[in-house]
Amino acid sequence: MTLDPEYTRYPHRREGYDHDLYQWSNLHARAPVRWPGGKSVAIVLCVSLEYFPILPEDEPFRAPGHMVTPYPDYRHYTVRDYGNRVAVFRLLDAFAKAGVTASFATNAAVAERYPELIDAVKAGGHEIIAHSTDMNGTIASTLSEAEERALIAESLARLEAATGTTPKGWLSIARSQSWRTVDLLKEHGLTYCCDWVNDELPWRFNNGLINLPLSVDLSDRQIVAVQQHSAEAWARMMRDAFAFLAQEAARQSSARLLPMQLTPYIMGQPFRIAALEDLLADLTARSEAWFGSGSAVVESWEAQQ
Amino acid sequence: MQENAADPGLYDYHPYNNRPKIEWPEGKTCAVWVAPNLEYYEIDPPANPHRKAWSKPHPDVVGYSYRDHSNRVSHWRMADAMGRHGFPGSVSLSVALCDHHPEVVADGAARGWEFFSHGIYNTRYSYGMDEAQERAIIEDSIETVQRATGQRIRGWLAPALTHTPRTLDLIAEYGMDFTCDLYHDDQVQEVKVASGQLASIPYSLEVNDHYGFNVYGMSGREYADSLLRQFERLAAEGERSGTVMCIPIHAYLIGQPHRIGPFEEALRRIAADPRCWKARAGEIVDAWRAQV
Repeated sequence: MTLDPEYTRYPHRREGYDHDLYQWSNLHARAPVRWPGGKSVAIVLCVSLEYFPILPEDEPFRAPGHMVTPYPDYRHYTVRDYGNRVAVFRLLDAFAKAGVTASFATNAAVAERYPELIDAVKAGGHEIIAHSTDMNGTIASTLSEAEERALIAESLARLEAATGTTPKGWLSIARSQSWRTVDLLKEHGLTYCCDWVNDELPWRFNNGLINLPLSVDLSDRQIVAVQQHSAEAWARMMRDAFAFLAQEAARQSSARLLPMQLTPYIMGQPFRIAALEDLLADLTARSEAWFGSGSAVVESWEAQQ
Repeated sequence: MQENAADPGLYDYHPYNNRPKIEWPEGKTCAVWVAPNLEYYEIDPPANPHRKAWSKPHPDVVGYSYRDHSNRVSHWRMADAMGRHGFPGSVSLSVALCDHHPEVVADGAARGWEFFSHGIYNTRYSYGMDEAQERAIIEDSIETVQRATGQRIRGWLAPALTHTPRTLDLIAEYGMDFTCDLYHDDQVQEVKVASGQLASIPYSLEVNDHYGFNVYGMSGREYADSLLRQFERLAAEGERSGTVMCIPIHAYLIGQPHRIGPFEEALRRIAADPRCWKARAGEIVDAWRAQV
């Protein structure tokens, strides 16, 4: 079978990208950025607060971390709930001990179901950003525009009602978007999303929304749950990354961003939590480090553009 | 190749234990070439019936933006690390990158890197192409790289490793003299083609950073350690007859902040070994061709 002639035509072959979502920009050639206090490496702690209904939905796709065994999958349902009942409080204590603030990407369902948890997050001075309705609320281009608009509106309305705060940031489940998501997030008043992983500084979409790139490579889900490294090995990767970014920031006289994506039921296990505590102790002692919430990093960056 | 035969008949069997001695310049025993993939992946390519470009409905935000990191951020980290230890690049190039981000290609050219083709885009697969379509891609590659860098390409790494039964014969017909698509040896070997001459230069999937990180799930330190072990063994075996080690990499993988440090340390140690010949792919093929 010969391929359709269209397959060897390239209508978007031109300078710049093959889409109009944002502009190409070379990191090392941009105007320098500095974080508050002259710090060079912003560490953004992002904790996912997830509610996995025991009835998973596969449309548009099943979220990473969702149910695995035939119904009723008590094993995966309860260990994820352990994250919201127990493990997340270990993370909150670790942050308090280190004196750092984080952004909590929160399913609306978690905020509704566990108000005491939200109170603890707010009491710690942390930011709450939107993270869909629950872990069945995935986005992809197979959703209709009406469905996607309703999902985003419902996520925000329920989260606001349950937390009393208006989120500025958004993290999609699995960072998965449709072609419309960037416009719909803007339409709903959000300032930034965390889905595109192509950079180590914030940048702006053509429609004005800001992207805060949170690498997937260093998330605890990727390193510990998928690749099956120890928490200590993960922490060593984080130290390697920090050391390199601090060095590059000095060499190029501009700030960088190091994301730290944490999942309570993974990193908050008793045998893993010390690796995080030790890492935070090391990093807070570094003169180059600034721990900022997503909003704080975005605001600092925006003020310098 | 012999189409529809069990053995495609690409080369003769030459057991490793009894070969003529290949000698690299200045008595080096292992030719080491670094092969950065400079690629462009389209966000919404047309479908090839034999393979999907993205595993998710477009846009695959993570898949696309992960690779975009190369051209915005990590290419320069990777290139600087190579340059500090004297390794030139031999680039497998998605030639459309010359149009999309000419700065990246110009940077490689300014560093003295050699370019060969990795197709137009890494999201356009050769599966199912007829001869005219495949010739058009080869001719486009030759012209585009010539225009962008002044270089005449000598080699080929098929886009996303997708081939047709004609690929090797066609690239030899167009005057290319090496392929990176066969993984049967640790020394340069002759490929049987319909016209011209074609060498198979050792590339590697096993020490490709994509396999290291995405298939085997290594840490950056484990990957760097596997490169050092690979070099140590090949340099020792090269005392008998010169071997070739390829380090195939992608900036968006190796240039991540947690990996680039250990990688640079591995390059430093390999470069410092007196048995290492730091070469471009074309130089290795030339040195081999002069001895066979």
